[in-house]
Amino acid sequence: MSAIMREMRSAYAFVERNINLIKRYWGWEIVWLIYSLVNSLAVTYIGAGMERISGQALDTQYLITYLLVGTLIWSYLSVIFYAISEMIAWERWEGTIEYTFMAPVSRPTHLVGTTLFAIGYGVVRTLVILVIVASFFHLDLSGANIPGAVLLLLAGSVSFVGLGILAAVLPLLYPERGAQMTNAAAALLLLISGVYYPVETLPAWLQMIAKASPATYVIEGMRGCLLHGARTVTLLPTVFLLFSAGIAVITVGLIVFRFMERYAKRTGRLKRSG
Amino acid sequence: MTIPALELKEVRKTFLKKKQKGRLSRAKREEVVALEKVNLAVQRREIFGVLGPNGSGKSTLIRLVSTLLLPDSGTIEVFGHDVEKEEFVVKRLINRVSVDAAFFKKFSPMENLTYAARLYGMPIREAREKMRQIMLRLGLKESTFTQPMENMSRGMQQKVAVARGFLTSPTLLLLDEPTTGLDPQSKRDVQAFVREIREDHDATVLLTTHDMEEANRLCDRIAIIDEGKIIALDTAGGLKNLVSKRNGQEPTLEDVFIELTGTRMEEKERDE
Ligand SMILES: Nc1ncnc2c1ncn2[C@@H]1O[C@H](COP(=O)(O)OP(=O)(O)O)[C@@H](O)[C@H]1O
Ligand SMILES: [Mg+2]
Repeated sequence: MSAIMREMRSAYAFVERNINLIKRYWGWEIVWLIYSLVNSLAVTYIGAGMERISGQALDTQYLITYLLVGTLIWSYLSVIFYAISEMIAWERWEGTIEYTFMAPVSRPTHLVGTTLFAIGYGVVRTLVILVIVASFFHLDLSGANIPGAVLLLLAGSVSFVGLGILAAVLPLLYPERGAQMTNAAAALLLLISGVYYPVETLPAWLQMIAKASPATYVIEGMRGCLLHGARTVTLLPTVFLLFSAGIAVITVGLIVFRFMERYAKRTGRLKRSG
Repeated sequence: MTIPALELKEVRKTFLKKKQKGRLSRAKREEVVALEKVNLAVQRREIFGVLGPNGSGKSTLIRLVSTLLLPDSGTIEVFGHDVEKEEFVVKRLINRVSVDAAFFKKFSPMENLTYAARLYGMPIREAREKMRQIMLRLGLKESTFTQPMENMSRGMQQKVAVARGFLTSPTLLLLDEPTTGLDPQSKRDVQAFVREIREDHDATVLLTTHDMEEANRLCDRIAIIDEGKIIALDTAGGLKNLVSKRNGQEPTLEDVFIELTGTRMEEKERDE
């Protein structure tokens, strides 16, 4: 019992630390929020302008909602991914990595804390963007299946937590370049997962890779829920798939992390510099 | 026989270092021996000093005990617990303070210490009270507790680092050059605190330094380490007895070092 309490306190350390980081670096936070917001708006305006671009009558409303769903879901998933992958990067930047790795905190506990924060942060941030973007466009969600969408998003989060752990390994091994490498990984996911266009638009070989991206299933499922009001029962196979794939990726992520942590301790890479 | 607070048996640690070669040839890796078959036993309630020039392997020794490095060979036990096999038991028994007082620099001392306390699973209300007490005891002013660390002087930051190290009541406290770069007053404050930790809290302290006087003043026993090897181990007095009196003057630890290695400590210092 007291052991559980202790683990909970340890996990909460990471929640509180991250909230403090937001408070202290609020300038960056606002810049990043504006960046995401403008990005979402810009993408959605492509839909709004499509009639003018093509010179043909189109269902603009549908296009707008289609793009909006993509950009918001991507915004949420990528925030989860980044927040988790930065669990090591921050300690590198501040030089505290040795102190955190010396503390009696197991990596799963470390992850639980980071995940709690990441999901809370992702939800709040996405809601802020949603509210602002919705004021620019007429958004019709009357026929949407909201509970189904939430369920799907939760299942999708699990996979992204796993991907985040895999990305978090990079700053462990590469003190300088590690964090940049995660950007490349996120950009690749954005390209292949059908965020702004149907996956079928991609060349066949990229479609193959798209099948391995959890975001592909989340976004397709979300469009089904929000645009076509797909019933929850029909979503269950996808939810189950995402959830089990997520658990698998997290397990693999933790194993890889453990292995790389030992490697870092053998080769002296936890040290502040070099 | 009682179990020692810390025991190292035949501990060896090497690193591969990139050697800057010509642009075209691939960067060659060179093996650096940081510790060469080190044997050491520190008893309970001892303040044990490791004295040596820069690059002699002091920090590597401390990191190995702190579970931040894994040895190439040999074993390390803290109160009989193997550092590798019983990692988490050991982690609860130790804490470490190093030269580079590493903190979240925009956080206040209280926030940084709260993070540390939570990581160690401490109930936060008690921990907060303890933080205040330790920081006040170290001579930090209450008004600095909630200011960002980046505005503090090096000496003040180092005191917060000492407070963080002691906050979790470690039974083995590892101090890696805790006073290097501090002004004389801060140095004395930290040294007095180290002594107090041992007297009042029965803690064992492993301390590295390249300050001869500090070793002389604080440590019950001192190991002199050079190029990864322990070349002498005794009390300060015992070490000095190794060297004969010169011109009727008591030898210093510096004299001992010169006698044993044939060089002065400063000349030895290689770049880290
Ligand atoms: N993480 C590391 N990676 C590579 N080389 C290291 C690392 N840590 C220490 N060394 C090397 O090991 C030797 C001993 O270093 P160190 O233990 O830091 O000495 P000291 O603390 O006595 O100054 C030095 O040659 C140093 O360059
Ligand atoms: Mg050192």
